Amino acid sequence: MPERDALSAALALIAGADPALWGIVGLSLAVSLSAVALAALIGLPIGAALALFRFPGRGALVTLFNGMMGLPPVVVGLVVYLLLSRTGPLGELGILFTPGAMVIAQTILVFPIIAALARQTVEDAWHEYEEQMRSLGATPRRSIATLIWDTRFSLATAVLAGLGRASAEVGAVMIVGGNIDGLTRVMTTAIALRTSMGDLPMALGLGLVLIALIVLINALAHVVKAMAQARHG
Amino acid sequence: MHARQSPLPLVLSDLSFAAGGVAILERISLTLEAGPRTVILGPNGAGKSVLLRLCHGLLRPSAGAIGWRGPRIGRRPDAMVFQRPVMLRRSVRGNVEYGLKLAGIGRAERHRIATERLEAVGLAHLASRPARRLSGGEQQRVALARAWALDPKLLFLDEPTASLDPAATRLVEAIVLAMHEAGTKIVMTTHDLGQARRLADEIVFLHRGRIVERAPAADFFAAPKSPEAAAFICGELPV
Repeated sequence: MPERDALSAALALIAGADPALWGIVGLSLAVSLSAVALAALIGLPIGAALALFRFPGRGALVTLFNGMMGLPPVVVGLVVYLLLSRTGPLGELGILFTPGAMVIAQTILVFPIIAALARQTVEDAWHEYEEQMRSLGATPRRSIATLIWDTRFSLATAVLAGLGRASAEVGAVMIVGGNIDGLTRVMTTAIALRTSMGDLPMALGLGLVLIALIVLINALAHVVKAMAQARHG
Repeated sequence: MHARQSPLPLVLSDLSFAAGGVAILERISLTLEAGPRTVILGPNGAGKSVLLRLCHGLLRPSAGAIGWRGPRIGRRPDAMVFQRPVMLRRSVRGNVEYGLKLAGIGRAERHRIATERLEAVGLAHLASRPARRLSGGEQQRVALARAWALDPKLLFLDEPTASLDPAATRLVEAIVLAMHEAGTKIVMTTHDLGQARRLADEIVFLHRGRIVERAPAADFFAAPKSPEAAAFICGELPV
């Protein structure tokens, strides 16, 4: 099938609100947004703690998280697969090949990004805040929440970077989700499958939706951030 | 009754501070008594800011000791206002209430105290505004209200008007006087002679990390005893 025809067929699928297509889009969003929410919940406090506390091994941890920003998704997928497989240590949970497993894998992929970026952001803010905070009676421990709140506009960017990573990766969700139609098939795995099957309209349609979603989320976040920053200074 | 409960005086004995092998303060001995407004005067680089930070516990002395001689009850008796106030990214009221919240004071009480202090610094009408959107002078007044909310027995001010215009400077000075009036011991650094004349009851003249002279303000300005202070008053660079 010529590419032009594939493109028009793809647009027809999108416009026609093809239920299979939108089911896949919905699951993708649910998995990646859950993973990013979890990763933020874990990564933001870890990043802030690394910024504020001095302890032996801190430098090694900072390097570790920086390095983990570039974790290969397939390897993370493999490790989570081994953990969750029937004979693995978490096999009893029985969640391999479910969206839950996909959320776990993406959370592991994303939280180092959020932690590393948050560490840098909070550390910069702490240089500005430290004397004032200590003067007002705040210990580093009590300053964590304050600093996360005060750098929220910059941290939003870190979280978005995580969302970009989660929604774009294919290796981890493919391995732990299994790309099961109607159950664990998300946009990236569907694109890979449809392309190899030669179903270019569906692959292209999903690709367009994926790009549009990522652009839209980032644009929205940018607008919200700019408005909030203008208001709060 | 009030005087007896004061944790003052704050006594510094043979306090030294060095950073990277460079001596910044050398053998400073100073007793900060309750009462007079003390202005630490001296040229840039004399060590004024470092001295305040040592007093406030933000820096550790390399040698010597510092301690309250009166009874200390409850939360820390000293507060500090910096040259450039750090406004938290929240409302003006949120900034003033922040220290109270850390001190474990309940919501209603926090609200009452913050309202009172914001009125005292003339910013009650800006209470709900984002603090970072205020002008430099207004921010410094928020910082004063924030420090005042903690009811300090001793307030350190580190060149609080160095980056403000004359009108904002006068407003800040008026608040400092009002806090003193309300019973707070004032210890302030400045390199501005006019400000020292307006605010000081006594002068501690710092030069190259040492206390060169300490005198009642009137005596100091009329007849400085040290050549360094005399030169500084004349507007010369002391050698």
